[in-house]
Amino acid sequence: MVDVTPADAVPPAEVGEVELYHPHSWWTKYVFSQDAKVIAVQYSATATAIGLVALVLSWLMRLQLGFPGTFDFITPEAYYQFITVHGMIMVIYLLTALFLGGFGNYLIPLMVGARDMVFPYVNMLSYWVYLLAVLVLVSSFFAPGGPTGAGWTLYPPQAIMTGTPGGQDWGIILMLSSLILFIIGFTMGGLNYVVTVLQGRTRGMTLMRLPLTVWGIFTATVMALLAFPALFVACVMMLLDRLLGTSFFMPAIVEMGEQLQHNGGSPILFQHLFWFFGHPEVYIVALPAFGIVSDLISTHARKNIFGYRMMVWAIIAIGALSFVVWAHHMYVSGMNPYFGFFFATTTLIIAVPTAIKVYNWVLTLWRGDIHLTIPMLFALAFIVTFVNGGLTGLFLGNVVVDVPLSDTMFVVAHFHMVMGVAPILVIFGAIYHWYPKVSGRMLDETLGRFHFWVTFLGAYLIFFPMHYLGLMGVPRRYAELTDMTIMTESAHHLNSFISIMAFIVGFAQMVFLFNLIWSIRHGREAGGNPWRATTLEWQTPETPPAHGNFGKELPIVYRWAYDYSVPGAKQDFIPQNVPGTFGPSREPT
Amino acid sequence: MAETSLMHTDQMAARPAGWRGIAADWASDQRAFKNVSWGKAMMWIFLLSDTFIFGCFLLSYMTARISTRVPWPNPSEVFALRIGGSEIPLILIAIMTFVLISSSGTMAMAVNFGYRRDRRKTAILMLLTAALGATFVGMQAFEWTKLITEGVRPWGNPWGAAQFGSSFFMITGFHGTHVTIGVIFLIIVARKVWRGDFDVGRPGFFTSRRGRYENVEIMGLYWHFVDLVWVFIFAFFYLW
Repeated sequence: MVDVTPADAVPPAEVGEVELYHPHSWWTKYVFSQDAKVIAVQYSATATAIGLVALVLSWLMRLQLGFPGTFDFITPEAYYQFITVHGMIMVIYLLTALFLGGFGNYLIPLMVGARDMVFPYVNMLSYWVYLLAVLVLVSSFFAPGGPTGAGWTLYPPQAIMTGTPGGQDWGIILMLSSLILFIIGFTMGGLNYVVTVLQGRTRGMTLMRLPLTVWGIFTATVMALLAFPALFVACVMMLLDRLLGTSFFMPAIVEMGEQLQHNGGSPILFQHLFWFFGHPEVYIVALPAFGIVSDLISTHARKNIFGYRMMVWAIIAIGALSFVVWAHHMYVSGMNPYFGFFFATTTLIIAVPTAIKVYNWVLTLWRGDIHLTIPMLFALAFIVTFVNGGLTGLFLGNVVVDVPLSDTMFVVAHFHMVMGVAPILVIFGAIYHWYPKVSGRMLDETLGRFHFWVTFLGAYLIFFPMHYLGLMGVPRRYAELTDMTIMTESAHHLNSFISIMAFIVGFAQMVFLFNLIWSIRHGREAGGNPWRATTLEWQTPETPPAHGNFGKELPIVYRWAYDYSVPGAKQDFIPQNVPGTFGPSREPT
Repeated sequence: MAETSLMHTDQMAARPAGWRGIAADWASDQRAFKNVSWGKAMMWIFLLSDTFIFGCFLLSYMTARISTRVPWPNPSEVFALRIGGSEIPLILIAIMTFVLISSSGTMAMAVNFGYRRDRRKTAILMLLTAALGATFVGMQAFEWTKLITEGVRPWGNPWGAAQFGSSFFMITGFHGTHVTIGVIFLIIVARKVWRGDFDVGRPGFFTSRRGRYENVEIMGLYWHFVDLVWVFIFAFFYLW
């Protein structure tokens, strides 16, 4: 490593205090740890555990859809509960928590060259409140009446009425409480991520030298801090409707032949609040994936990212635009046609910055020295899947096309492709990429390739036929698809096929989990920088990095994160903390 | 406080003009906001997030109010007090608003004396702020009691739209919770000031982090925010 002397470095004032919360016992090192890296692992493990619940729920749903009438224990009520909890877990408790709480906590301090998050104690609380939220959610399975079956959008009035599972029992109360807890916990973590990126960077790390991973996570966190309040308010108000009998969202309504006490509320108001959160949420999940995939592609193609500046501005533009498109989820709810026009226009404009990103990924690959490592395979799979899901998004963004397709399997196929499969492929790629840093060992290559091919091809075989089913008119959210004229014999066969593929892909995830656990002890020793990458997390003195990340001296950053294959340099990568000029770098000035 | 200020880095010299300059400023080395400490930045961003929460509450209330088909109770009559034989509209709310705005004044003075290292005056002014905040919450409780005895409930009231009571209890309740949390933290920080924690750099009980007199200002930011929110609630709920 090159010897750097911190000539006129001005260390941030708070850095010296890292010793103050240095762990002193087993408990403060592994359980109540204030180290962002430990918190990241805690977040990831919890998210994976609750994700397994969601996986099992999806199997149960596919059992029912693929083989209707065969499994008596899956009643329509149970089916709706599975749908609801599966959606909620995947979107919020798994994807949001894993990208921001998991990858954010691990990568932000290391990549910006900080000792830790700015307020480690608050960061620790964030995890424990998140865990509490998860436990409250899980507890609804054991409450009288079971979890809520209102659909993951929890639309009132049905969400709190008798016919809906959990509507007049504990289900909906626990669901809303869990969401409120999640938002409180996330806010504590999110404030940390934002302030660390803005104010906690090391010397030389300007914002325009940040790896795109950090840009993606940072922008997503800012969006989450502004979007989650709407969900928070919606949850509080619905909780009051359910518990105190207020009528924020409840119109005058007759239930089981009886006039309810509610009067004058607006169900549409809930939809506005929910989707003001819900649409940014799509990009809260997507932007970290965009950022991570940029770094994976650049590292494994040994080439600088194409159009770094444009990549950054595209991330910011997508983040900003996503706040003015929410009502495209409500075309069928009824609104002024001019609003539909407005929201369709803004929705389609988002295609411009996203297309810039896709072109730049492809142009980064162009004439690169592509290594088909497992992270690279997942990154490539992401691009294909994301383009696919994005194109069907153009269909659904148009009012006239959306209205007939809304509430069909086409929508299910679309959002699973674009915000289900695509970000999860990135998560897998990122785990294969950073696992060596976290554990010091590589994941097993053979198992990894098996996992990749089954997951990638399997996901396509699951969700591609769903587009076709949707275009035929097969509705979503129906517990029984028998006895419908739409459901031809071939459609039934297709449905069974999808279900079988779902079990196979689910099984492949067990192989992945086995790989994760097995490789901790038996994986190949990785060394400090197995991918020969430039970013700071690979330049730590120890692997896995110790408390405080960088030993005695913080690194000084001399270049951007993408100096790969610089002509004239000895190696095909120049770490960010190496001074000097070697050749024509493509760093934007 | 010199170490928290990074005004003179080499990047400052060659700064481009116009929008590029603004972008370069934000993106510059180490810190986006040069003389802003971590704690202060975190409080500002939290307040931005909290603004969205109150914004959503107020927008939902306004939606309910303009879309209701039954009459909305007249705030001037509902919130009137009978004093000396005559109904005075909004008198209690006026006093509450006056008390809360005054507490912002004492808070600002506390910040000033904090930076002058005047422990005694800072602590007294913070406790005075806390007392004014507690008075506000007390009057809020009185108002709730009065309305409840008159028959206002979250699910209905004798005068019109049911959303009147639900919005009132929800919004003032949420704001009152903010004030209460503020009062608690004012007392905690005042105790630290009084004990001289910020002079000797005593580590915090939970966080192990040494406090500075800037903590008084960060506390003040929260307090002024809670005041500002009240101004909006006052305008949109009581004066509309």
